[in-house]
Amino acid sequence: MTASLLDIRDLSLNIGDHPILKGVDLSIAPGEVMGLVGESGSGKSMTALTVMRLLPFAAQASGNVRFDGIDLIAATEDQMCALRGDDIGMVFQEPMTALNPVKTIGEQVAEGIRVHTGAARAEAEERARKMLDRVGLPAEKFPLSRYPHELSGGQRQRVVIAIACALKPKLLIADEPTTALDVVLQKQILELLKDLVRENRMGLLLISHDLAVVTEMADRITILRHGEVMEEGETARVLSEQVHPYTRQLAQASMHVPKRGVLPSPLWGGSANDRSAAEIVRRGEGGGDIHPSSKTEPSSPPPPRLDHFASQSALADPPHKGEGKDGPLLAVKSVSRLYPGRRLSLFRRDTPVHAVDDVSLSIAPGRSVALVGRSGCGKSTLARMILALDRPTSGEIRFRGETVTGKGEAELKAARRDMQVVFQDPYGSFDPRQKVERLVTEPLHLMEKKPSRAERREMATHALTEVGLSASDLDKYPHEFSGGQRQRLSIARAIITRPKLVVADEPVSALDVSIRAQILDLFADLNGRLGVAYLFITHDLTVARAITDDVLVMHEGRIVERGATKEVLDRPQSQAARALVEAAPDLHRAIARKMQEQG
Amino acid sequence: MTAYLLKRLVIAAITLVLASMVVFAVLEIVPGDPARLMLGMNASAEQVELLRSQLGLNDPLALRYLHWAGGLLHLDFGRSYTYSVPVLDLVRERGVVSLPLALIALALSTVIAIPVGLYSASRRGHAGDAVAMGAAQVGVAVPNFWFALLLIYCFAVWLRWVPAGGFAGWGAGIWPALKSLILPAIALALPQAAILARVTRQALLEVLSEDYIRTARAKGMPYRAVLWRHALRNALIPVLTIMGLQFAFLLAGTVIIENVFYLPGLGRLVIQAIAQRDLIVVESVVMLLVAAVIAINLIVDLSYAVVDPRLRSRE
Repeated sequence: MTASLLDIRDLSLNIGDHPILKGVDLSIAPGEVMGLVGESGSGKSMTALTVMRLLPFAAQASGNVRFDGIDLIAATEDQMCALRGDDIGMVFQEPMTALNPVKTIGEQVAEGIRVHTGAARAEAEERARKMLDRVGLPAEKFPLSRYPHELSGGQRQRVVIAIACALKPKLLIADEPTTALDVVLQKQILELLKDLVRENRMGLLLISHDLAVVTEMADRITILRHGEVMEEGETARVLSEQVHPYTRQLAQASMHVPKRGVLPSPLWGGSANDRSAAEIVRRGEGGGDIHPSSKTEPSSPPPPRLDHFASQSALADPPHKGEGKDGPLLAVKSVSRLYPGRRLSLFRRDTPVHAVDDVSLSIAPGRSVALVGRSGCGKSTLARMILALDRPTSGEIRFRGETVTGKGEAELKAARRDMQVVFQDPYGSFDPRQKVERLVTEPLHLMEKKPSRAERREMATHALTEVGLSASDLDKYPHEFSGGQRQRLSIARAIITRPKLVVADEPVSALDVSIRAQILDLFADLNGRLGVAYLFITHDLTVARAITDDVLVMHEGRIVERGATKEVLDRPQSQAARALVEAAPDLHRAIARKMQEQG
Repeated sequence: MTAYLLKRLVIAAITLVLASMVVFAVLEIVPGDPARLMLGMNASAEQVELLRSQLGLNDPLALRYLHWAGGLLHLDFGRSYTYSVPVLDLVRERGVVSLPLALIALALSTVIAIPVGLYSASRRGHAGDAVAMGAAQVGVAVPNFWFALLLIYCFAVWLRWVPAGGFAGWGAGIWPALKSLILPAIALALPQAAILARVTRQALLEVLSEDYIRTARAKGMPYRAVLWRHALRNALIPVLTIMGLQFAFLLAGTVIIENVFYLPGLGRLVIQAIAQRDLIVVESVVMLLVAAVIAINLIVDLSYAVVDPRLRSRE
């Protein structure tokens, strides 16, 4: 092996009394891509920040970190300033907040150049211009005078990369550079990084929780867990042999597909490209009558006294006349949502933006449906309208046969009870000062008859056991739970009113792969046991593939393709669907390709 | 940007009109007959009635409001009941004391507070930060009249650098006038600076935990440069807000300090006018102050847009 560019030996790091890293070894040769994989809290970012010496105040590092012959742990702050941004560049996870909002992108790229080369403003700006051209932000559309808020997430990440690579560093550290981006942007950004590495013979330390992404990019891979290196070696070998149990566990979790029960019959009210209609015929009518509760074996203890609540409380489901059992649970009929255009001058506006454009769809009871699309395609706007949190400009949304469009809050109570939501961020969606019992029983105010204290507690206990938590968790506060457990809490909150439909907006994208596998299992299990229908909003096709029956592909406000999930994802017809499928990282494919490359 | 500007202007105008109505209405409710006060206790009922009709006090309320508000528009504030001189002259005479005083105090407070805030934020948790913030705490707690007395004792009585009170007037030259304003300005500025320093520190600390600060550090910029070039400007919005509020206070809320230093400022004018039921003076001065506060808020709003490009492109 050639002399390494970065050589980390026995690195340990404590924050206060808390050990973060325990004897980490890692090395990168010039021009080499090292993938650093691990779950949250494993110390990936702290390793990177140690190299940059941008650790939090209380952190204490010990061990040996050498970069290009310089001891980084002993280096003075002045030496580090000279290295950062010149020989070592860094790209961060969250492009939306990584740029200073009050400075132009030109200033921000040129600044690093000026700090290190002492170049005059004009000269630095010229170099900044070239660099922005290189990362795919041409001068005509992206003059130096643009401000960050005028750019999208992917464009901002390109600016951050331009800042990091402006002086052709020997080492680039990219900490989850694409986690906040949709798959199509992810692919573009990864390719850009790959090209820059090749052009400048940079070493790249690529940090990610996504095994598929790292496999595609990295020559060698280091797997980190609880601050310790589990395994290190050539990507192809590590992932094909999967010698270490943790490696195997990670790989399996990344490809996890939950077991699901028999599907209830699909029902599509849509207009375009109705492939699953054929399926209904093929499958016959029998599928529709299967009782949700008898479909799968319940894996957790049988729901205690479910009937009690079902018969006595207002949750009991009055049979719907007319709509009947076979009617769609949710029917969206040519719904559009316009946003006023950008103000051009005091009295003139741009033409309105169609966030959602003439969308029709329907979801049958118990069906699991994915709404996939790139960020900004209108999928969240559509979900908000379905949840009656936003009003369509035109069109109608019917839930269980009754319209929800343009109704007041009082009239919406029944619909809200039967339609709950799970959000992406398990950290932000709970009031930290309330106990679990209160948080989980929050939707009960939607009930016709107010449950008593004891009833509330019982229902909360029941909901918690259903998501795999226990009654002893009722009196805890949200901070006492891990991310995955918190997402279980959100799900418990969503199912406590026995809803018929749960809208889940990227419910697993903030979770680690192993946790994510568990949560997907939970979703599948609840779908089987309670017969809840799902609308999963996601840009992650593995989620769609794992847990949904049907998929809707959304692009620029329209639904461009729909059908059975497997069929659409295996043989996408529309341009938008193809782009998504091609860009989606896939561990199987990535390993196969690496095996060929590395022999 | 023009849309933002126009919107702010319209809001300011509407606020001004509403404020004028409130000011007028409140003073109508206050008991006490100005005509009787002007004529003294011995005046007969007829004399009072005559003066009332001369002053227009018997007209319907709406008419009197329109008359008064119309006058304000071309700076005709009417005549003082007690001094029998145009209110404008009174206000001008006092304004040349109060306005410079407020400006000097604000400038002093800013010059002290921003560097202290920057220093404290950059040395967060260190001894320097603790000392600076401890001093700020004391600065907030000390009553300004007591501090003013201390200043008088030290610089006027003991060192004899400046006069202990009174105002020399601008006619005698700038220096004597400034000399009589400097102590009151310091007394006013200190508590304001203490508050502003804390706000600056807090705003900076918040900004310093932002991701873009880390980006800037990863470029290789020294910490101090990051603080100046990236953090300060982003922290300015809360600082500007507080400065706007403080200037409004300094213009009108300085009665105590004016009394301590025997300065003929606007604050004292209002207090005297209230005591003498000189309603027209009270109304006018209050209106002027309201207008000043609205103007300051407008300037603060516009400076937000200068600081933050996101506000410029939004409407």
